[in-house]
Amino acid sequence: MVGRAWKFGDNISTDEITPGRYMGLRSNMPELAKHTLEDARKEFPSSVKQGDFVVGGRNFGMGSSREHAPLVIKMCGVTAVLAQSFARIFYRNAINIGLPAIVCDTTKINEGDELELHLSDGVVEDVTKKTKITFPPMSSTMDAILNEGGLIAYVEKHGDLVLS
Amino acid sequence: MTGKTLAEKLIGSHTAKGSASAGDVVIVTVDYTFSHDAAGLLLIQQLNQLKRIPSGVDKNRTVFFIDHAAPSPTKELSNDQATIRNYALNNDLILSDAGNGICHQVLAEDYLSPGDLIVGTDSHSCTAGGLCAFGTGMGATDIAIAMKLRKTWLRVPESVKMNIRGRLSRGVSAKDLILKTLSILGTDGATYKSLEFDGTAIDELDVYGRLTLTNMAVEAGAKTGLVKSDERTRKYMKEVEREKKWKEIQADADASYESEIEINASELQPQVAFPDSPANVKPVSEAKNVKVNEVFIGTCTNTRIEDMRIVAQILKGRQKARGLKLIVTPPSKKVYLKCMEEGILEKLLQAGATITTPGCGVCYGAVGGIPADNEVILSTSNRNFPGRTGNPKAQTYLGSPATASATAITGYITDPREFI
Repeated sequence: MVGRAWKFGDNISTDEITPGRYMGLRSNMPELAKHTLEDARKEFPSSVKQGDFVVGGRNFGMGSSREHAPLVIKMCGVTAVLAQSFARIFYRNAINIGLPAIVCDTTKINEGDELELHLSDGVVEDVTKKTKITFPPMSSTMDAILNEGGLIAYVEKHGDLVLS
Repeated sequence: MTGKTLAEKLIGSHTAKGSASAGDVVIVTVDYTFSHDAAGLLLIQQLNQLKRIPSGVDKNRTVFFIDHAAPSPTKELSNDQATIRNYALNNDLILSDAGNGICHQVLAEDYLSPGDLIVGTDSHSCTAGGLCAFGTGMGATDIAIAMKLRKTWLRVPESVKMNIRGRLSRGVSAKDLILKTLSILGTDGATYKSLEFDGTAIDELDVYGRLTLTNMAVEAGAKTGLVKSDERTRKYMKEVEREKKWKEIQADADASYESEIEINASELQPQVAFPDSPANVKPVSEAKNVKVNEVFIGTCTNTRIEDMRIVAQILKGRQKARGLKLIVTPPSKKVYLKCMEEGILEKLLQAGATITTPGCGVCYGAVGGIPADNEVILSTSNRNFPGRTGNPKAQTYLGSPATASATAITGYITDPREFI
């Protein structure tokens, strides 16, 4: 599926993805998702479309451990978050809840570019520019968690926490 | 065979094999797991989805805190907190309710010992490293599984050695040291790594200051921050009545570090982080013309009793600046009581401070003290990202309790050495 690129800068914090002032909406995730990334780009939550991509720079998702951050991005219909690097807790949370977090060179992707993700091939296709951006495979455990639908499904399937 | 870093030792002792090296991906047993009112609801939902795996929840080592919005300011948060409170009560787990304090502070006071491994749904879980316990933050899903299975998986981090030589001078504290460290590393300079603090200035630093250092390791992206367990750690364990749980832990002399960074503490001046990043740090002298509307003294980064004594020393017999809001939030009930005993509260109240319920307070932007549009806060907390204190149109500077106290008096960011 092809989706549009939403460009963000370096160091997008979880306070910008889903601010603490909306803590009272954490029991109502669809409402919370209506504020996704609004402190970074006000129009994002109302204009993002199913299949779109969040494209960050360095250190995407820095700050808190709130799993709500990747969850609201996923609930907006985003296919994947692409960034040059991720903050460690956000990365782990994204994989755990089944949102692909892809480390790749995002510098040549422009706002609005049409992108297509080929996860198992390790390729993001920039359909607009007719270029391909490759990314290294994830660790085998992370890959298995993502492919099996997140950590809860993975642990339930294996009946235990095991390393692949 | 090369020696082990603190991270390798602490993780290794929790593996089936009994040892681990940087780069290994391992399953570890966990000594404590915890959550709080900002993540607890999601965590309980995830726990309820785990039906097949057997429950190994340890009732004496699983803690739920109500600290992020304490006491609850809205009916929605009250309902969330009721769910969390009832879950803890119905399952006979440990409940640290509103007013008891911030998770990291209460864990250090009542539970953690050197050598422990703890994971929780809070990024500042790395605070535990000030007691030489391995702590790291994760999301609700990871912690739900860690609670139920009493284990988690970790990649053993490479370590960066922060060699802090010399001696901190009067009016300069651990907060200034960690802000200086962040100015060198940036907000992603230690991503996935362990920051290991050592050197003569660390030898002389009591545990309260060490907790300030390790608390902000995550601000450089680190998985954790660690300090050895020595006689000063023993002194702390004695103060919190757990001396029997003390043990000495040092990194091996031939341990392998990815890099080593040296800071001369003797030359360090008070530091301030400018908006909107804890790594946007300059000496306090470069901030002296910044007018401040609100001073917040609190959080898991600072305001242990030793910090509160410094605040009281500066504010005693003085008045806060006209029109300035001064909010002081003790980090725990125990610190609050100690402040009462020592007459600290009276000095703060006489100076014009508002004292609020122990908890995260202004730092999280979910309870009182939210700034107005275009206002400037000087905070002793760990983060000043846009919107952090509840209003994206306000600006936050970070500094030490001493800097915050001096600033409260003048109304402008002020070098605390003028008042000490």
